[in-house]
Amino acid sequence: MNTAIETNGKTVGKGIRNRARNRRIIMGVVFLAAAAFIWLVFSANLAPGAVTKYVMTPGGSTALAPDWVFTTSVYLNIIAGMLTLAGAYQIIRGFGKYTNGVLALVAGLFIFGFLSWATAGGQTNLAGLLRVMVVRSVPLTLGALSGILCERAGVVNIAIEGMMLTAAFVSTVFASLAHNLWVGLLAGVLAGGVMGVIHGVLSIKYKINQIISGTVINIFATGITSYLSSKYIQKTQFQYLNEPGMFPQIQVPLLSRIPFIGPILFSHNMYVFAMIFFVALLTFLLYKTRWGLRLRSVGEHPKAADTLGINVFRTRYMAVILGGMMAGFAGTYFSLGSSGRFDEVMTAGRGFIGLAAMIFGNWNPIGSMGAGMLFGFFDSLSVKASLLQVPLPSEFLGMAPYLATIIVLAGVVGRGQMPAADGEPYEKE
Amino acid sequence: MTTDTTPTTKKSGFSIFLEELSRSNALVIFLAIITGVILGGVLVAITTAEVYAAFKISFWGGLKEAFVTAWNTYVALFTGAIGNPEKIKEAFASGDPLAIRRAINPFFESLVQTTPLIFAGLAVALGFRVGLFNIGAEGQIFMGAITGVWAGYAIQGLPPIIHIPVALFFGALGGAIWGFVPGFLKAKTGAHEVITTIMMNYIAFRLSDWLLKGPMADPNEYTPKTPWILPSAELPKLFEQPIRFHIGFFVAILMAVLVYLLLFKTTWGFEMRMVGSNPNAARYAGIKITVSTVLAMVLSGALAGLAGANEVLGLNHRLIPAFSSGYGFDSIALALLGKSHPFGVILSSLLFGFLRNGARSMQLAVGVPIDIVSILQALILAFIAAPAIIRTIYRLKAPKHAEDLVSLRSWKG
Repeated sequence: MNTAIETNGKTVGKGIRNRARNRRIIMGVVFLAAAAFIWLVFSANLAPGAVTKYVMTPGGSTALAPDWVFTTSVYLNIIAGMLTLAGAYQIIRGFGKYTNGVLALVAGLFIFGFLSWATAGGQTNLAGLLRVMVVRSVPLTLGALSGILCERAGVVNIAIEGMMLTAAFVSTVFASLAHNLWVGLLAGVLAGGVMGVIHGVLSIKYKINQIISGTVINIFATGITSYLSSKYIQKTQFQYLNEPGMFPQIQVPLLSRIPFIGPILFSHNMYVFAMIFFVALLTFLLYKTRWGLRLRSVGEHPKAADTLGINVFRTRYMAVILGGMMAGFAGTYFSLGSSGRFDEVMTAGRGFIGLAAMIFGNWNPIGSMGAGMLFGFFDSLSVKASLLQVPLPSEFLGMAPYLATIIVLAGVVGRGQMPAADGEPYEKE
Repeated sequence: MTTDTTPTTKKSGFSIFLEELSRSNALVIFLAIITGVILGGVLVAITTAEVYAAFKISFWGGLKEAFVTAWNTYVALFTGAIGNPEKIKEAFASGDPLAIRRAINPFFESLVQTTPLIFAGLAVALGFRVGLFNIGAEGQIFMGAITGVWAGYAIQGLPPIIHIPVALFFGALGGAIWGFVPGFLKAKTGAHEVITTIMMNYIAFRLSDWLLKGPMADPNEYTPKTPWILPSAELPKLFEQPIRFHIGFFVAILMAVLVYLLLFKTTWGFEMRMVGSNPNAARYAGIKITVSTVLAMVLSGALAGLAGANEVLGLNHRLIPAFSSGYGFDSIALALLGKSHPFGVILSSLLFGFLRNGARSMQLAVGVPIDIVSILQALILAFIAAPAIIRTIYRLKAPKHAEDLVSLRSWKG
C-alpha cells in the first residue's frame, strides 16, 4: 500500500507482475499440497485392498443405476497424480485465464478423494448426497443472485436474510388464504421487492451506511415476522393461515429417467429449475445486454456512468428492487418449496451464507451457483457424517464452507474482483 | 414563558435556545425513540381484535379503543420493567422481606438484562470508532461463554477473589481470539470484517455444538451441556432469591469507563479514533493502521466475550446450546443509538434492557408478543441512522455540521 504512493508507474507495474507470479506459484503449491495430503493422510491410513462402494440410486428413485465399486487406493493414486501434474504445470507455466476453472476441478477431485477414503470399507449413497446438495444449494444460490443484482450496481446488500424471511412469511399467509401457491409466490416476491424499496430509500436517498440499512431490515424483518407469527399464525384458531401447501415434484419427461443424473438434476420441485433458469438469465443479462453493461458501470464507476447519461439513482433503485424480489423468491422456497409452513426465523442465517456464496463465486452468477453447490454439498455431507467410516465430527464438515470463504476473502488463493464502487453512496454534483 | 418579547431585531434567548435545540442530536435521538414507540403502539393497535370491534360501532370509539390498547400495552411494559408501584408500596407496608424483594425484582431483572447489552454494545461501539464494523459479536459472545465456563469448572482450588477475575479474563480471551482473526485478516489482507466476522459466527456455533457434545460435555447429562461451574467462579449476587442481580452489572459499567478512558484519554485511543475518522491522515501522521485495526478488533472481541462470560458466570452457571439470544445484532443498534460513546451505550443498553425485560411480563399480561422490542429497535435504529427522516417529519432545521454516525468504509476498507 505504501509502495503505491512512493513509487512511480514503472515499478508499480512490476509490482503487479510480481504479485501475479507469486499468486501463480502459491496456487501451484496449494495443488501440490493437496496431492501430498491425499498420499500422506488418505492413502497411508487405508486398509490394504479396501474397497469404496458408491450407491448410485437415491432412495425411492425408480431410475436405477448399478453401484459403483472400486479399489480405493487405485483411485486415490490417480487423483493425487492428476493434482501433482496440475500443480507442476501451474508453477512452471500457469493456467492463465483457466486458473479458476482448474482450481474448482482440483477442489472437486480433492473432495472426491476425501469422500472415497472416508467411505472405504463401507458404502455411501453418492446419488442421494448429490441430490440433497442440489436442493440445499437453492436458497443459497438464489440469495447470492439477489446480492449480485444489488452489488453489481454498487449497493451492498446484507439484508438478504431479512428479505427472505419477510417473503417466507408473506407467501405463507397469501398462499393459505388464496389456496393457491402461485398467489403466495407472487406475494412473496412483491414483499421482497418492498423490502428492496426500503433498502433503496434508506441507502440511496438518505445515504445511510448500506450495512446499517441492511441491519435495520434484518432486525425489523425478524421482529415483525415473529410478532405476527406468534400473534396469529402459530395459534390454533388461525391455523388456516399457515397451511400454504408445497410446490409438487416435477419429473422432467425422459431426462428424469436417466440413471444417476436424472434423479439428481431432473426430479425436483420448480425451485431447482428456476435456480438454473435465473442463473442463465442473469449471466446473459449482465454480460450480453446493454442493460447489464449499464448496471455494472454504475457499480464500477458511477461518476463515469453519470457523465455518459446513465441515471445512477434510477439504475441503483431498479437493481435493489430486483434484488429484493430475487431474495423474496428465495424466501418463498423456505415456506412453499421446502417445509409447507412458516416458522419463526426459519431462514436460519441462509441469507448470510448466500452472501458468502456470492463472494466465493466472485460476484458472478455461475460462480455463485458453484459456491452454492459446494456449500450445499458440505451441508448435505455433515448430515451424513455419522455414516462415514472416519470418525470426523459433522460439525467440522459443517465449518468447512465458512473457513473456505474466509480463506478466499483473505486472498490466499486468488483475490476476488468486487465491483469497484460497491458500498459507496453516490453524490450527484 | 419567561422570554424577552421586546420587538427588536435581536433574537430572544428562548428562540435561540429553540433553534439550537432543533439542531441538536439529543433532540433527534429523543424524537427517534418517541416516533418508534408511537409506531409500535400503532402496530399493537392494528393487530388487536377489540380495536376493530370498536371501530365497527363508531369511529371515535375505535380511535379511543386503539389508544387505550396501545396505552395499556406500554403500561404493562413499564410495570414489567420497573415493577408495579402499588405492589411495591404494599410490600414495604407489610414489611415482609420476601414480598419486598418480589416487588422490586422487575427493576433489578431489567438491570440483569441490561448487563450483556452494555458489554456487547461497547464491543461494537469501539469498532465503530476505529472504522470497523464488528458484526460478529454473537460468535465472540459464544466463544467468551465457552472459555469463561471452562475456566469456571476446570480451574479448581482458587478462592473466589481470584477465580472470578480469572474466569472473566478467560471469557475476554475467548472473545479476543475470535476478534483477532478478522482484525488480522483486515489489516494484512484487506478481507472485509463484515463477511469474516459473519463467517466466524458460524464457525463459533459449530465449534460450540461440538464442544458441548464432546470434550466439554457433562458426563452425567444426556443432553449436551457443560458441567456446573464451581461456586468460587460464580459472580456474587447482591440480594437473596428471587433477585438474580449480580456484580456483572458493575463490571460492565467499569468496562464502559475503561473504554472511555482508552478512547479519549490515551494516545492509543487517539490513534485508534484517528484511524477511524481519517485513515489517510492517520497514515501520513505515521500511525500504524494495522496495529490500531488489530488492537481494536481484539478489544472489541474481548468485550463481547465478557458478555458471554457474564451470562454463564452470573446467571446460568453452565453452558447449554444456543444460549445467546441475538445480542450480536442488537448490539449494533445499541452502539448506534449511543452514538458510539461508552456512556451513550450504557444509556441505550438501559433503554433496551428495560424494554426487553418489560416486554416479557407484557407478553404474559396483555398478550402482545415480545418481538415488539425488535420492531422498536429496528425503527429507532432507522430513525437514528437517517436523522433526515426525523428532521423531515418534525420540520427541524438541519445541523450545522454533517451528521456522521460512523465513519465506515466500503467493502474494500
